[in-house]
Amino acid sequence: MNHASSANLNLTLKIWRQAGPTAPGELKTYPLTGISPDMSFLEMLDILNEHLIAKGEEPVAFDHDCREGICGTCGVMINGQAHGPDSATTTCQLHMRRFRDGDTIVIEPWHAKAFPIVRDLVVDRSAFDRIIQSGGYVSVNTGNAPDANTTLVPHHVQQDAMRAAACIGCGACVASCKNASAMLFVSAKVSHLANLPQGQGERSKRVLRMVAAMDAEKFGNCTNTGECEAACPAEIKLTNIAQLNREYIKASLFSTE
Amino acid sequence: MVTVAETLLDGHCPTGPIANRWDQRKRDLKLVAPNNKRKYTIIVVGTGLAGGSAAASLAELGYNVLSFCLQDTPRRAHSIAAQGGINAAKNYQNDGDSVWRLFYDTVKGGEWRARESNVYRLASVSTSIIDQCVAQGVPFAREYGGTLTNRSFGGAQVSRTFYCGGQTGQQLLLGAYQAMMRQVDAGGIKVFTRHEMLDVVVVDGIARGIVTRDLVTGKFETFAGDAVVLCTGGYGNAYYLSTMAKACNVTAAWRCHKRGAYFANPCYTQIHPTCIPVSGDHQSKLTLMSESLRNDGRVWVPKNKGETRSPDQIPEADRDYYLERRYPSYGNLAPRDVSSRAAKERCDAGYGVGATGMSVYLDFSKAIQHYGENVIREKYGNLFHMYERITNENPYKVPMRIYPAVHYTMGGLWVDYNLQSNLPGLYVLGEANFSDHGANRLGASALMQGLADGYFVIPYTVGDHIATRKVTPISTDRPEFHAALDAAKSRVQSLLKVNGTKSTEHFHRALGKIMWEYVGMARTEKGLLFAIDAIQKLRDQFWHDLKVVGSGETLNQNLEHAGRVADFLEFSELLARDALHRDESCGGHFREEHQTEEGECQRDDENFSFVSAWEHQGVGAESILHKEPLTFNDAPLGVRSYK
Repeated sequence: MNHASSANLNLTLKIWRQAGPTAPGELKTYPLTGISPDMSFLEMLDILNEHLIAKGEEPVAFDHDCREGICGTCGVMINGQAHGPDSATTTCQLHMRRFRDGDTIVIEPWHAKAFPIVRDLVVDRSAFDRIIQSGGYVSVNTGNAPDANTTLVPHHVQQDAMRAAACIGCGACVASCKNASAMLFVSAKVSHLANLPQGQGERSKRVLRMVAAMDAEKFGNCTNTGECEAACPAEIKLTNIAQLNREYIKASLFSTE
Repeated sequence: MVTVAETLLDGHCPTGPIANRWDQRKRDLKLVAPNNKRKYTIIVVGTGLAGGSAAASLAELGYNVLSFCLQDTPRRAHSIAAQGGINAAKNYQNDGDSVWRLFYDTVKGGEWRARESNVYRLASVSTSIIDQCVAQGVPFAREYGGTLTNRSFGGAQVSRTFYCGGQTGQQLLLGAYQAMMRQVDAGGIKVFTRHEMLDVVVVDGIARGIVTRDLVTGKFETFAGDAVVLCTGGYGNAYYLSTMAKACNVTAAWRCHKRGAYFANPCYTQIHPTCIPVSGDHQSKLTLMSESLRNDGRVWVPKNKGETRSPDQIPEADRDYYLERRYPSYGNLAPRDVSSRAAKERCDAGYGVGATGMSVYLDFSKAIQHYGENVIREKYGNLFHMYERITNENPYKVPMRIYPAVHYTMGGLWVDYNLQSNLPGLYVLGEANFSDHGANRLGASALMQGLADGYFVIPYTVGDHIATRKVTPISTDRPEFHAALDAAKSRVQSLLKVNGTKSTEHFHRALGKIMWEYVGMARTEKGLLFAIDAIQKLRDQFWHDLKVVGSGETLNQNLEHAGRVADFLEFSELLARDALHRDESCGGHFREEHQTEEGECQRDDENFSFVSAWEHQGVGAESILHKEPLTFNDAPLGVRSYK
């Protein structure tokens, strides 16, 4: 009943090292041997860091927290792909059985003007918070709510909203986009709330403000390439961007809010 | 011998009929007028369900809120990983639920070691939480007609759990986060991300501020406020391997404890029955498979020791559905502590499955046969997907293999009914406090408690502190702030100065092994005494042989981790001492000396019907025990049976 994959892997890692936001960065090469295929990708980096500490070298800084694929903290470019080769999978959920003995793995931080590098593989994604601040919510104070069943939300409507709301805010959409566009992220929140009756009151204002905030953060434009959808670990669909465009046009032309 | 304080600790609960107590308290609490609220600053530490909901609600009232988190954004706290759901006594299913029943189930589930008044309030505000979250746009699961739907969770015979697929915690947290972001936009909240709280500042006996370290620049800062609200979660990572996020830690709570706040019931730790088993020495954390899976999955092991057939080749007659056998009325939905011990019992007896024999099956084949794969996929798709990514096995085809893991901690800083610690002005919410779950928490009740505390309790109680004590603004130039700042700095410096040979990771894993082995699912006097000694020795080694690379002036995750492990090494001793002192078995605290013939918990109500609140006397010195007696009038003491 042992499902453990057998042979351990010997790898060559090329990792982006950068001491601080303004320091120059470079890809450094680290050989790493004896990696179990059952390890997660981040556990592999843990092992590397233990080796580096033993040698007195500074460990590689990388963001991570829940290691269950839901918090959205982790995320690196692995051989040029955001979160690596598996679809619908965060970096922490990627396992080493996906790699072969002798592989070279290039590991880089998210690249985007709106996500400045903090150190090594860690970037600053606070631009996402500022976009949500501009309208990614329903304005309802605590204590104001009517009974939860007062407003019916049919099953399929809830399902559509839930699929959009599943975004984990990791930034892979931006990192994988050649224009570093945040359209998938913004559209997920706009669709989530526009699909629900609770989100109707601020529907126009929300989309106008959020798109303006996105532009102010210097994210690029969307050219419908679809890399974002392919990279998204939460399976947010490109159709959300179509909905965002519809919402935006409608709000621009007809909004009286 | 433990030194016991002579005066009993008072939870300051209202008296009178239990159903009226919260209304009574709200009537008695003093108010701060709307135009005065903006003159007051409230520090909220942590941005999980408790911290996020508290920060948003307090800012909506008009207070200036300073919100701190160590993550890169407030949307990532570990509440986000809660999968299965949130309980509420809505009785939408018409199946006999009520506020009283949720109250009773929670007290019983906690093995009569929680405070009745708090639990009743929790049950009664539970319904408002669902209303609030729906109004925010939380996409709870719905029936085809559009009404809310429910699922069942362990320890209850009604369906009262609201859920968003397997991502309930995420959706509730994003609701609170969005409410926070709205207040940031409105100017009511200032958020400090990647800031770690390293101390609380006490002035004239009142909590008046905090010391933080900016994790990016290494800069230490002090912040003053009129109240400090601690929402920093649980301490499960003392065990190294747990289902908690890697950054979860006890530091903020422990530093408050060292400044005088009592730590209550640290030995009440929850081991969750359904987690993905350990796969090897490289394991860095454990992953939970939601309890909701036990709605449709059946737990079993082979009836024969040394069974070599694959699970699909083992006929019904050779399977032992041990939960259904031992607990026929609750079956696979027996509570967590009970289910975990039952799994351990089968594995220890030699019936476990998998390469190490340390796992049991959670089998969906019957449910898939009955409802079809699509129905199961809609309910649990993301969990099945996660299981397959981690284990390389397809749970639609072969049963999951699961084993218990540390998941939640019921103990925490002691608070009174108003959620105020014994340090005036310091409030503690959510998992960081001890108050509502007793010795064991029922599934889907953590989300309920975090949001109840943040949305519906603290907005009322914090004003009373400000109004009653006539709190006035304070400057961070006071000597108390300088002293706390210097202490925090020198502790971080001392970590860098050890210059030994072993990494933080080494010490954390070593601590985890001691804790899991001797302070885990089954505890003995001998084992606990050994653990206390081993923890002390390890702590000593840590301060002599720790190796932290890099400096304190940049992002240094290695240094952050070292600080947290240093605190775990102090805290874990208290946890073990509390477990040693509590010479009974109850809920998440199982002393092998105290069990029935069938291996169930044997409580000692006569001698242990109290909250153990420990007062710090210095590292390595024995703490003083303060007892808060527990009385049960509305949920009378009974035998906790799920048969």
